[in-house]
Amino acid sequence: MEDRTILEVETVTKWFGGVAAIVNVSFSLQKGELLGVIGPNGSGKTTLVNLLTGFVKPNSGKIIYQRKDIAGQQPHKVAALGIARTFQMAKPFYQLSAFKNLIIPLYSPRVKKLRGGKYGDRDDVAIDLLEDVGFERDSSVPYKIASSLPHGYVKRLELARCLALRPDLLILDELFSGMSMAEVAGTLPIIEKLNVEGLSIIMVEHRLKELFRVAHRVMVLNFGAKVVEGSPSEVMASDAVKAAYLGSEDDA
Amino acid sequence: MIASIIVYGLVSSAVLALTAMGFSLTFGISGVANFAYGAFYILSGFLVWVLLNYLKVPFVLAIVVTIGMVWVLGFVTYWVILLRVRGIALSEVIATFALGVGILELFRWLGLVTYEFTLPTFIKGVVVIAGVVVDYQRLFIIGIGLALVLFLYFFTHYTRIGLAFRGVAQNERTAISLGIRSDLTAALSLAFGSAMVSVAAITILPLGIISINTGYEVLLIAVAVGIVGGLESVPGILVASLILGYAQVITGTYLKPEWMAVVYLAAIVLVLSIKPSGLFGKFKELEERV
Amino acid sequence: MRYRKERLDRGIKVRCDDVFALSSYREILYLAMPRVLPVAILLLFPLLKGVVGLYWEKTLVVTCTVSLLALSWDLMASVGLISLGQALFFGAGAYLTGYLNYAFKLSPIVTIPLGTLGGALFSTLLLLPVLRLRGIYFAIVTLTLPLLLGRFIETTKILGGGEGMSGLSPLPNIWFELYVAVFALLVCLFSFRRLINEDYGLVLQGIRDNDRAVMSGAISIYRFKIQAVFIAGLAASFAGAFMTHYYQFVGMSAFAMDYSIVPLTAAVLGGPGTFAGSVIGAFILVPLSEALRGFGTLRVVFYSAILIICVVALPEGIFHYMRRKYHQFERLTEIG
Repeated sequence: MEDRTILEVETVTKWFGGVAAIVNVSFSLQKGELLGVIGPNGSGKTTLVNLLTGFVKPNSGKIIYQRKDIAGQQPHKVAALGIARTFQMAKPFYQLSAFKNLIIPLYSPRVKKLRGGKYGDRDDVAIDLLEDVGFERDSSVPYKIASSLPHGYVKRLELARCLALRPDLLILDELFSGMSMAEVAGTLPIIEKLNVEGLSIIMVEHRLKELFRVAHRVMVLNFGAKVVEGSPSEVMASDAVKAAYLGSEDDA
Repeated sequence: MIASIIVYGLVSSAVLALTAMGFSLTFGISGVANFAYGAFYILSGFLVWVLLNYLKVPFVLAIVVTIGMVWVLGFVTYWVILLRVRGIALSEVIATFALGVGILELFRWLGLVTYEFTLPTFIKGVVVIAGVVVDYQRLFIIGIGLALVLFLYFFTHYTRIGLAFRGVAQNERTAISLGIRSDLTAALSLAFGSAMVSVAAITILPLGIISINTGYEVLLIAVAVGIVGGLESVPGILVASLILGYAQVITGTYLKPEWMAVVYLAAIVLVLSIKPSGLFGKFKELEERV
Repeated sequence: MRYRKERLDRGIKVRCDDVFALSSYREILYLAMPRVLPVAILLLFPLLKGVVGLYWEKTLVVTCTVSLLALSWDLMASVGLISLGQALFFGAGAYLTGYLNYAFKLSPIVTIPLGTLGGALFSTLLLLPVLRLRGIYFAIVTLTLPLLLGRFIETTKILGGGEGMSGLSPLPNIWFELYVAVFALLVCLFSFRRLINEDYGLVLQGIRDNDRAVMSGAISIYRFKIQAVFIAGLAASFAGAFMTHYYQFVGMSAFAMDYSIVPLTAAVLGGPGTFAGSVIGAFILVPLSEALRGFGTLRVVFYSAILIICVVALPEGIFHYMRRKYHQFERLTEIG
């Protein structure tokens, strides 16, 4: 059977001073899969994302992507390999318009290589990207200064920024946080479509209902360790997960 | 010869450590850069001088009052200037830098550059250690330096305020959510850092005259020691001071004395090339940016 | 009767927002004047040399120098690097130029370009390790390096030591002096502005605003920072190289704090990030400081005061204020 694993994380551990943020976490991701990562606050989700994208170097363990160990590589090199991420605290380039925000990732060597060195039509690419994530096409919204955009648009701009990179693996760090129900309902289909079209996605989320609708598998973290991994229904029924989020009966 | 190098190296190291500590407290531990550091040093010297010579205040009282006033000055500097620009690195740096330069050059313009501006030593006289003549003031420097280093270590690791300082430097949001008032903490760190440099000034300035250019040198020293040792590490200050102090004395003895200044340059360039966060520094460079 | 202040675009500005502006002399004048007038004045001023006297020509050259240093600072600030030591680049360019002329008797036509390139290269290399670290380290190191280098030269007595190298070749003639200075300034101003508005410049600004986002866009911010420092350094090193031949002397004073503080004040006064603001700031500060020459060192205190006030109360600088006044007017309107 063809091996479609694109990401293999082997017993990765990360300590910050005396605090173990991630402890012996292992998992793998197949091409085209959507893996959800959930867990209470402080369980190490964002640290995991930082580890995968090179912002933090693990104390031990391997992160194998495209058959190379990328643990501890610099963020821009990891991104050049095709891993894009959103930031929990989404900060666009405030003084630039939404449109110009995308120019920057489009300027990277990776994108230039993928597009065969053609940079001239980057305007069209940027507008298309914005439309893909839900900006209304023929409006003035893409040209508004990023600092004046409502939060939902800022989040979608984050997504567009990632897509500009033409990633093979997309990591979303609480993309839906701060979005209204309507905005989430509008963005979820976009993510689903990207996944169906072949993009592998890791989604860190708190909005469990929406996540469970699109995820193939879900992994639960608590206190930096993997507690459970399985399909959404398995995870929902698991006692360990309930204990992690709500506390066990002994605590009550 | 060797005994003299050992003793004077120790004195030199103590001078460096004493000078650098306040800066480290403020910047390395609380993340507030105080480029007016050197100016506060010289200001302390002049305050004591004025209190002693114009107001005829007893020495001990003059010292206490000066340290108190500089403490307040540090606090006020934060509250009036830095508070408004907190978080904007550009403005923080420029504001304190401008303040420092302004104060120092004001002193220069006021003509406070003649030989009469000296501070008295604590106890006059010398003592002979292992065949080396050392004056009491230099012994005081070593003693007070050591005491302050120990105090600083315990303060930042075992008291609530000290831990609060470190908390704010490492993660301001978390610190705030734990009930630590980050602005007050930062102001306090600036106040205590300034008080420390004032102690350093009162202890070290008696060795010579109060010269304006020393103000710039003090900043240089604080920066050099901080870079070599790691700006947020108290053991780092100690080790860096020892290294730089002895390097200074050795080059001064075996090469020409003027070469001592070159030691700083070499040390900074070397450390920055090999381990930029300093010997004991734990900053992982990029990671520490939020 | 309660009022509030309202800001509106001037009528003429609104009429200019369209290609039809080309059909009216008034509109063309409105758009062109702020751009063309200063350039014209700069280009024509040297011609007045007989009238205004040597002193003011000297002031012009010094002002151009400060402007170049301020522009250099502004470019670095646009990447998020705050330099407290433009004197580093200035001194490096000055000494290299001086040395080439002193030791090899090369003419200024050769030494100035070489000094510019070499000075910028040398300074950038020195700063390489710091560019990987937080911005504050850059400020700290740029502050200390010029002081230390000056000290180094003094103790090792190389490159003339404490006395410096004097008797260097002069510049061909007064026209050369004035016009090269002015042209350098204009070239620098226009090219930096163009650069920052091109996509390359957007990446630079991105690094300033949110470097993690730029990194996750697969761009090496280290490389861009190095390039920015080098390009900015070229302007500052040129200033040093030029002044070496203007004064026919180079010494430790090339690393003096003045060359760091005054451009910083000019740029902050004019408005960081605007480039034109840096030039305006320089053109305000230098003549002002010449006029206040009698006050000696008090001038530096004056700069410090300006810096603190600007940083706290007027962070965007004069340029934005001027532009707003030109394009908009204010009036009181009734509420309700």
